Amino acid sequence: MKIHEFQAKDLLRKARIAVPESIVARSSEEASAAFKQLGGPIAVVKAQIHAGGRGKGTIKTNPDQHGVQLVKSADEAATVAGNLLGNDLVTIQTGPKGHTVQQVLVEAGCDIARELYLGIVIDRACGLPVLMVSSEGGVNIEDVAANTPELIYKEAFDPDAGLQSYQVRKLCHRLNITGKSVRSADAFMRSMCRLFVELDCSLAEINPLVVTGEGELIALDAKIGFDDNALFRHKNIGELRDLGEEDPAEVRAGEAGLSYVQLDGSIGCLVNGAGLAMSTMDLIKLHGGEPANFLDVGGSAQVEQVTEAFRILLDDKNVKAVLVNIFGGIMRCTTIANAIVESYKQVKFNVPLVVRLEGTEVEQGRKILAESDIDIITAEGLTDAANKVVAAAAG
Amino acid sequence: MSILINKSTRVVCQGITGRAGEFHSKNCLDYGTKILAGVTPGKGGQEVLGVPVYDTVIEAVEKQGVDASMIFVPPAFTADAILESVDAGIKTVVAITEGVPVLDMVRVYNAIQGRDVNLIGPNCPGVITSDECKIGIMPGYIHKKGGVGVMSRSGTLTYEAVWQLSEVGLGQSTCVGLGGDPIVGSSFIDLLKMYQEDDQTEAIMMIGEIGGTAEEEAAAFVKENVTKPVAAFIAGRTAPPGKRMGHAGAIISGGKGTAAEKIAALEDAGIEVAQSPADMGTAIQRAIAKAG
Repeated sequence: MKIHEFQAKDLLRKARIAVPESIVARSSEEASAAFKQLGGPIAVVKAQIHAGGRGKGTIKTNPDQHGVQLVKSADEAATVAGNLLGNDLVTIQTGPKGHTVQQVLVEAGCDIARELYLGIVIDRACGLPVLMVSSEGGVNIEDVAANTPELIYKEAFDPDAGLQSYQVRKLCHRLNITGKSVRSADAFMRSMCRLFVELDCSLAEINPLVVTGEGELIALDAKIGFDDNALFRHKNIGELRDLGEEDPAEVRAGEAGLSYVQLDGSIGCLVNGAGLAMSTMDLIKLHGGEPANFLDVGGSAQVEQVTEAFRILLDDKNVKAVLVNIFGGIMRCTTIANAIVESYKQVKFNVPLVVRLEGTEVEQGRKILAESDIDIITAEGLTDAANKVVAAAAG
Repeated sequence: MSILINKSTRVVCQGITGRAGEFHSKNCLDYGTKILAGVTPGKGGQEVLGVPVYDTVIEAVEKQGVDASMIFVPPAFTADAILESVDAGIKTVVAITEGVPVLDMVRVYNAIQGRDVNLIGPNCPGVITSDECKIGIMPGYIHKKGGVGVMSRSGTLTYEAVWQLSEVGLGQSTCVGLGGDPIVGSSFIDLLKMYQEDDQTEAIMMIGEIGGTAEEEAAAFVKENVTKPVAAFIAGRTAPPGKRMGHAGAIISGGKGTAAEKIAALEDAGIEVAQSPADMGTAIQRAIAKAG
C-alpha cells in the first residue's frame, strides 16, 4: 500500500525525524493562507499524487504547469494550487492518463547545501532490511543504480537491533558528511530504520535528503510503502489508504478477493494461480495477441467470485475475447465449470469465451460445459487455447 | 531415494483443527502420507481424522517421533509456528500459509541460519515425493514416479509443468514449491544442491518468475556445480514494471528482475529455456537429449 507525501511526512514528524514545515491545502484560498502561515519569503507547492516524477511532470491540459513549483507570494501559491487542484498530472510513472490532484502540500523553503538520497528496502539476497544512501540525491536513483552503482552505499541491519551508530559513521565517511552533521545523520538514519521496522514498510525513500546550510539533515521528500500482509497490525496505517489513487477495477477486484492488474490489450484472462496467470499473459503475447489484464481468481473460486471476475473483464471496453485457463488442483474442474455456467447466465457476454480446463475432475467439468446451453469455445492444452482466443479476438 | 521427504517421513500438521488444515491433512493421508500428529495450542487431547492433537510440537515429537511439519496456521502466527517446529528439532518444515508479513520472515530466516533444518515456503504449495509422501496442497494424482526434480516459485504453474512432464512420459522424483514471497526459507540453490546429490533425480526443471534475482543466482550455481540436465521457464515476460503480479515477490522494481535478464542468465548457463508455458515438458526432454 502506498500513501501520499504529506501522510509520510506526518509519520516522520511523529518519529521525530526532521521534515520542513508544511500545510496541506485543498483549494487556492487554503494554499494562500498556508503560505502566509508559514511566514517565509518562499514556499514550494507540491501536487500530492502517489506517482513519482512530479517535479518534471506536467498538468495534462496545461503543459507549462509542473507538479512541484517554487512560489514567492501568497497570490502565487494560490495561482499554482489553482492550476494543479482538480487537474490531471502526468509523470513518467502515471501513464498518459495521469492522476487527478486532490490536494497540494505547501511547504516552507529550505536552505539546501547538499542533496543526498536515502532508501530502505528488504534485500531478498541477504534476508535483511538494507539502508541505501547516495551522494547523488534529487535525481532518479534508478539511473544512478544503472550508471554509477558504486555511488550507492548499503548497510544491512537486524530489524530488532536496528541500524548501529558505527554503520552511520561508515556511511558518513563514504558520503563525506563531517563535523556536527554526523550527529544529525545518526539520529536521522537510525530513526528512519526504526520507523521502517515499526510500521512494517516495504519501502521508505527520502529523495532528496537535504543537508542544510546549518549542517542538519532534513527530509525534503518522503515516499513510504507498506507490506500489505502486515496491515492487520497497523489499523491506523490502513486508514491512510487513498482509493482515489488506485485503479477502480483493481480496487473492485480486491474487494471480491481477486488479484487483478489492468493492462491495455484485447484479451481478457481469468486464471487460477498467480504463476499460471502470468504465464497465460505470456502465452497470449507469444501467439500474437495482447492480454487485457492479469487476473488470479485464487484457489477456491466460488460462483460469486467468477461472476464478479467476468463483470470486471467485460467492463473493459478493449476486451474482444475472454480466455479462461484453469488447472484444477484442489479446486475441481467441476466447481469452476459450474461457476462458469452460472456466471455466464448472470453476466451479459458480448464477446467470445474460450475455456481451457485441465486437472482434477476434468472430464466431468468438460461435460458440464458441453451439456450447458452456453456458447463456449473449448480448447485442449495451452497452445490450442492461445490460438483460439487470439483468433476470436481478431474477429 | 528422493529429496526432503519419502515414505518414512513422519509428519505433524500445525493447525490441523482449522478448516484448511483438516481438509489438506485428509488429502495427504489419502495420498499415503504418514501424518501422525496435529498441533493446535489449547486443543491438545482431541483427535482429528483419527490423528491425535497436541498443544505443542515438542509433545508431538516426543510422543510420535515426527520429523517433518506442515503448517496451516493463520499468517499472524506462522513465524511463531515455524520457529516452534525448528526448536523442537523438526528437519523439514513446510509452511503453506499465504500472507505472512515480510519482516516476520526476515526474523525467521535469520533465526534458522546455521540450523539443521530445511524450511520450504511460506506461501507455497508444498513438497511431494511421487507415490511416497505429500506435504502440501498439490493434486497428488498428476504426479508420476520418475527422475525429474521440479522446483518452482509458483503453485498452479507447477501443476501445469508436472502435468506436461507426466504427459511426455517423464515421472518426477520430488517436486518443491518454494513460495511466492520475497523472503522464503529455501532457494533454488538449496534445492539444486540436493537434486545434484540425489540418485533418483536425473534432470531438473526450474520454474521461476519475475522479481528478485533468485533465478540469476541459480543460473550461476548451475554453471559451476550442476552436471545434471536442467530446463527452466520464467513466468511474467509480458508483466509491466512496478505492478505486483499476485505474488508479493513477483514485481519488477527499479528495472531489476525482468524475465529477459533471467532468461539471458539461464541460457548463458547452458540451461534449456522453455519459450512458452506449453513447452515446459518438451524443454526438459531437449535438456536430457542434449546431455546425451
